[in-house]
Formats: sequence, structure tokens, C-alpha cells
Amino acid sequence: MKDETILQIENITKDFPGIRALSNVSFKVKKGDIHGLCGENGAGKSTLVKILAGVYPYNTYEGKIYFNDEEIKFTHFSIQQAIKKGIAVVYQEPVLVPQMTVGENIFLGREPEDKGMINWSKLFSDTKEILTKYKLNIPFFAKLSTLSVGQQQMVEIAKALSQEIKLLILDEPTSALTEAEVNYLMEILKNLKENGVTCIYISHRLEEFFRIADNITVLRDGLVVDTVRTADTTEEKVITMMVGREMKKRFPVRNSKPGEKILEVKDLSVSAQSKTVIKKVSFDLRKGEILGIAGLMGSGRTELVTALFGEYGHQIAGEIFLEGKPIKIRSAEEAINYGISLVPEDRKKMGLVLIQEVFKNISLPNLKKFSNAWSIDQYKELQECKKYADDLSIKTPSLFTITESLSGGNQQKVVIAKWLMSKPKILILDDPTRGIDVGTKYEIYNLINKLAENGVGIIMISSELEEVLGMSDRITIMREGECAGTLNRKDATQERIMALATNLKRNDRYNQ
Amino acid sequence: MKQLNFIRKIKEIKIDVRAYTLIFALIAIWLLFGSLTGGVFLSSRNFSNLLRQMTIISFLAIGMTPVIITGNIDLSVGSMTGFISVIAAYLQAILLPTFLPVLFPTLSIGWLGILSTIITIIICLLLGLLIGMGQGYIIAYGGVPAFIVTLGGMLILRGGILGATQGKTIVPIEDSLRLMAQGYLSKYPGILVAIIAIIIIFLVTLHSRTKKKQYGLKTRSLGYDLVVASVFSALVLAFTFMMNSYRGIQIPVLIMAIIAIMVTYLMNNTRFGRHIYAVGGNKEATKLSGINVQSVVLKTYALMGLLCGVSGIILTGYVAAGTTSGGMNYELSAIGGCVMGGTSLMGGIGTVFGALMGTLIMTSIENGMSVMNMSVFWQYIVKGLILILAVYADVSSRKNKSL
Repeated sequence: MKDETILQIENITKDFPGIRALSNVSFKVKKGDIHGLCGENGAGKSTLVKILAGVYPYNTYEGKIYFNDEEIKFTHFSIQQAIKKGIAVVYQEPVLVPQMTVGENIFLGREPEDKGMINWSKLFSDTKEILTKYKLNIPFFAKLSTLSVGQQQMVEIAKALSQEIKLLILDEPTSALTEAEVNYLMEILKNLKENGVTCIYISHRLEEFFRIADNITVLRDGLVVDTVRTADTTEEKVITMMVGREMKKRFPVRNSKPGEKILEVKDLSVSAQSKTVIKKVSFDLRKGEILGIAGLMGSGRTELVTALFGEYGHQIAGEIFLEGKPIKIRSAEEAINYGISLVPEDRKKMGLVLIQEVFKNISLPNLKKFSNAWSIDQYKELQECKKYADDLSIKTPSLFTITESLSGGNQQKVVIAKWLMSKPKILILDDPTRGIDVGTKYEIYNLINKLAENGVGIIMISSELEEVLGMSDRITIMREGECAGTLNRKDATQERIMALATNLKRNDRYNQ
Repeated sequence: MKQLNFIRKIKEIKIDVRAYTLIFALIAIWLLFGSLTGGVFLSSRNFSNLLRQMTIISFLAIGMTPVIITGNIDLSVGSMTGFISVIAAYLQAILLPTFLPVLFPTLSIGWLGILSTIITIIICLLLGLLIGMGQGYIIAYGGVPAFIVTLGGMLILRGGILGATQGKTIVPIEDSLRLMAQGYLSKYPGILVAIIAIIIIFLVTLHSRTKKKQYGLKTRSLGYDLVVASVFSALVLAFTFMMNSYRGIQIPVLIMAIIAIMVTYLMNNTRFGRHIYAVGGNKEATKLSGINVQSVVLKTYALMGLLCGVSGIILTGYVAAGTTSGGMNYELSAIGGCVMGGTSLMGGIGTVFGALMGTLIMTSIENGMSVMNMSVFWQYIVKGLILILAVYADVSSRKNKSL
């Protein structure tokens, strides 16, 4: 009984345009185990979860999945099919109806009926039964909106368990939880294990694996590095497996000659919706320097740079000095006037007007350059836009093409072109190469280097440690809204950054 | 550069397809009614009426276009037109006749009338601007949905109409104001206007050629450009002669044309216009490009209010009175015209030209059916069906394109 395999993944390969997300991934999950799955951002964890949950149907990937010795093929986009088989996923952000009660959420779409009417007493007694059975301490009549994120996660788990789930996949459930809630979740998972439920557990916090997981599978760049027994390994070994690989020549060489200090941030704090998102972060930036910002998703790295771009208006505290002069940035407009530009994290939502032509996107923040109060000189505009489009070799049928129809990499180049035209003193890039193929990545690296050589101060966030290491002069690591440390290029290694970002207890050793 | 020019061509063709569909639909409707009414519909007298019928709605449709493009809506324009119309009548019939003779005792009655009209126009335009800005402020800075604010505005202003008129019709209106809404340019001034328009068409064509050359963009042959300009000129002349064969070009139609050209220019050639389209296309990206989105929205409502002012003034002049039912349901015709002309309620897409064509199509259907003596209930039903059909055709063609 103990050694029975519940899930067997064989040679799964999944391609996205320009990127191989998973490559020959194989491993087994034993019945009744808690199976840890870890890897850097972009290692392929989420893609794997989506295949198991039926989001990516059979035929869109290669390879085989056996569940209870039976090959599963989800024919089309159907999470319901996966649930029927007994596989459910609990995501990082709970997907529930905030206005409904716990019981209603658990039985949403499957309400017990009695002659066409909802049998409320059965619904609530069933809810109570599930919550007691798995020792989930939540009031079953409470509205979801009154619960904490941690409690909402419990509701998600209860919802999955109410459907006779055999395999529960938890995709980074703890990233939004407090320490106490994490401890509670750990207890619940141990309890589930005693009740015979198998779990695949994904997390960025390695110590959690060592508390509950039986086995750990490490993914890197879409490949399985290894599957190890937790008892036979250590956190350091896992980190090495996650990042440990020789650096290839993926980054262009640059002569780094940082000049005088252009930006200094002192004790910057941001609170939004009565929550502190950034706590007393200080750093500085020199002309011609590339400052990398590393950190896990949700570590506050995006909030830090958007705060510099006026996103939080008056909700920021602390001091900002531009070329030695104190400044206040309350809106994007002000930031741009100070010579700060931001290539945002999500180009589709925040970077581009997708339904408009390429040239209109490039010129949007720069219209003043070729217009007066009464008219835009459209010929001059086209000429300027063409210059930047050629410089960046944006592959588009024309400047009049609707931006939506370009590839991801070229869309990103349009965003970069638009900010280059504004001739910034400081260029902030928030994960500029996410979802972009290797070739275009290299072009973007070259471009960033060229800007730095011309004296622009560059702040670059990246989810990829290699990118941060390959590009930056210095690296600031963010963790839970705080600055966890700053490393010089020569002192920085992937292990050190990971240790700072994931809060290993030994992190003092790496602090400078 | 060669590539750029090639692309320009493709782009022009694409735009033209859209515009031509509307023009063909219009011509088809005209021919249909022409044959159904035995040619009465196509007579210059009826055409003259048709254009006059569309003017008041068309001011609203022109103003509604930028509002809808930013992803908002204005339901109050009908009531606002009615309210301003009543205020104009009140000023002309009651307030100004008591004050002006006292203030300017030396002026003759004729001059007093003209002065009264000028003051009325200024006050009404300012009033429209103020109401529009008020609503725009609450929407842009207060964060209240446009639908609710303007629905409230619609009720408040309708109440204002009843309060100001006490349920009565306000008369009389000065001749000079009536002339603005009912007057015609006589034969020779009409031809003069046509000649000025033709000169402008040729100047713009030549100017754009010099600009293109200056920036090294390839130009079409001079002959081609001149032929295009000549075709437009011929249309202007044909229109002028057709109108002159009845009573001449109508003054409100001329005002409409001038405003349409001005707003089109605003939308295509100014930063404000670009910002309007950008806000409608992606508000967040526009904000992050350093554009004050709230101020853009406020300005679109200010423009809308100003055009409600124009529309209210013309309405008063046209009916020669301030009435309690003035402007009733105009908002629906204006929105219908915009949407029919290809303006997307999702925001980001639309043109003033389209809105005018949409309004003209709707008015033509209405006019055609009344010339045929069809009952009013049929007119409503047919208009409703055609509106839904037109937007369905538009939506499904867009879907096909994206898939």
C-alpha cells in the first residue's frame, strides 16, 4: 500500500511559441505522500500544474500522464474533467465568490437540491461535516469577504476535499499567508496525509518542504533535475539543484563605468489599503550603472519601482533625491517630467494600447516633442517613430500595424521604443524579458547596455537570477517588502541571492 | 521610406472600406426610399428638410463621439438640450426685453434684437459648458460611473425644464435667432461659401504634399492628388447647386459642417484627440504614459456640454419657442447615430464622420417613412431593428477579422 504510485508523469514536453516550457519531464508521486515541487520562477512548475488540472488539454503537449494506472487525457479546456478524475488545484490567490458564505462557496454549482429548491440545511450540515473531518477551523456561515486570505485558502481546500479528491495540488499556497497561517496550513496538510489524501506541494519557501514533504522534485528550465527524498537532502543542496548550472555566454559584455550618483532613495515606505507594501527601503543609483533588483514574486520589487513612478500618489514616505535635489513624485506625469521612465511588468495591461497602431504607441508619452497646443506634426512624428523602430529592429509590417498583432517580443520592443524616445535619465525595467524568446532577449540586453554606456541609470527587475547576475553592476534583493541585502556583482552568486530572497536563517553570513 | 508609403496605402484602403460601407448603405437607403416614394424622397426640397432634421441631433452625436471613445456615456444630452433651449427662450422672451431697453435706451428695436441674440448665445454656450464640466468632474474625479451621473443629470435637467417653463411654452423668439436655425444662404453667398471650401481643399492637398516631401516621405503623383481634390470639389459644388435649386444652403447645416470639421481636426490632429483614443484603448497604459486621464475625461464632457449649448440654441430658433418637451429622447438618437457609425461602446474606436453618417442614415429612414406616410409606431420599430442589425453586422465583421 505504502509504495503504490498514484500519479506517473512520463516525458511531458510542452512548447510555447519561441519557448520550451517543459522538456521530457518525468516523475512519480506515491499515494499518500506530500510531494514537493520546486524551482525558480519560469522553471515550468505552473505549466505542469496547468497540464495536470486540464487547463492545457491533451494534444497541446507531448507525453503521458497516468493517474491510478490509467492514462488521463483531458480532451479540451475542462477543469471539471480533472475534478471528476479526482485532481484539484488550490491556487495562490483564492478563486471564490466573496459575497457568498463558506458553505455556498464549497458547494457552488453542486448545491444539494430538493424538488428544485436548494436544501440549505443539508448544504450547511455537509459543510460542517467536511470542516470537522479535516479539522478546518472556519465558521461555515461566514461570508468569504470577512475571512483572511489564509482562511479563504482553507475554504478552497475544503471545496476540493468535498469532491472526493484523491490528489490535491497546492500552487504556492503560502506566498500570501502570515507565519501563523503557514503553521496552521502545515498542520492541516499533515492531517490530510493521515486521511490518505495525496498532495503535490509547490512553494518558494524551502523550509516548508523540510517540514512536511516526503519527496522533492526540482525543476529547472523545464527539465527535472532530480527527485530526492527530503530525509536525504538539505536546503543548500536543493538550492544548488534549483540554480546550479554553469553560466553560458548569454549576456553581452559591457564596460561598466558608473558615474556620479543620479538617484538616491532613503527609507522609502509605501502603504496601500492600510497594508505596508514597502518598508524603509534605501538604495542609490549612479549614471551608467545597472542596478538589478531580485526577489520572489510578491516580495515588493514591483511595488518599489512603481512607487518611484508615482503609482501610490501620497501614500509614500521617505526621501528621494534626483541628482542631489530632493523631489516628490506623485504621478506618472511627474516622474516622466523628472526624466524617469518605466517599462512596466505587464506590457499588455500597462504598457500598450493594443488596439492602436504601432506609431501611436511609440509616440504616446512623447507627443509634446512634435506638437504645439493646436496640432501634431504627424509627418515629423512618423519620421521619429520610424527611426526608433529601425534602431530596435521592431519586426512589424508597418508603423500603421495594430500593435496587438505583433509577437510578444516585438510588442515589448514597442514599449521600450516609446520610453527611449522620451530620452530618460533613469530607465526602470520591470521584468523586461518575461515571456520573450532567447534571441530577442539578447537584443534587449544589448540595448540596455548601450543605454548604460550612454550614461542612463538603469534599474532592472528580473525573475531570472541568471539575468540579474549577467546584467547588473549591483543587485538589491527584496524580501517581504524589505531590502534583504545588496550585493556587488563580483560577490553575487545565485545561491547567495536565493538565500537572501528566501530567508535562510544563515543569511547574516551573506549580508554586507 | 518606400515601405512606409506602401503601408500608408494599405491603411487608407482599410479606413475607406469602413467609410464606404456606411456611404453605400446610405445610398442604398436613399435609392430604396426614392423608388418607394416615386422620387419625392430624392427631391431637393426633401433633401433640404432631411439635412435640417439631422442637424440638432448631429451636434449631439459629434460631441458624444469623444465621450464614448473614452469608454463613457452621456445620457443627459437630450434634457440638457431641452433645458438650454428653454433658458434661451426665457432670456429672449422675458429677461432680456425688460433689461436691454433700460441699459441701452439709444438702440433701435432691430439692434436690440441682435444684441439679445448675441447675449443669449454666449450665456447658453457657457451654461452648456458649465453643466458638462460639472458632470465631467463628478465622473472623472469623483469616480461615480458616467451612466449614473448622466442619468441623474437627465432627470435633474428635465425637472429644470418643467420648473423654468411652469409647463407653458415660452414665446416670442427674436428674428435673428430664428434665422440661425431656419435661414438659408441665398444663391450667391452660397456659391461663395462653396468656392472658399474648394480653395481650402486644394490648399490642404498641396500643403500635405510639401510636408511629405520635407520629411522624405514618398508622395503620389501631383495628378492623382489633384484628381482626388477635384472630386471632393465637385461634390461640394453639386451639393451647393442642389440646395440652391430649392432655397439655398441652410445656415444650421453650414454650422454643423463647420463644427464637424473642427471636432474631426481636434480628434485627429491634436494631443487631446490622441489622448482621447488612448484613454479608451487602455486607461492604465495611458496613465502610465504620463497622461492625466481624469482631465481628458473632464474635457470630453466639457466639449459635450458646449455642443449641447449649440444644439439648444438651434432648437429654440427652429421651433421659435421654448417648449417642455424639447430635446426629449435626443440622447438615444445621438448614441444610436454614433454606434451605427462604428463607434465602439467598449471605447477606443470611432470617428466623427462615422457618427454623422450614422445619424444621417437614421434620419433618412425616419424621413423616408414619414414621406411614405407610415405610422409612427412603425418608424420606431424599424429604427430599433436597423440599429441592432447595424451593430450586429459591425460586431460580427470585427470578430471575423480578429480570428
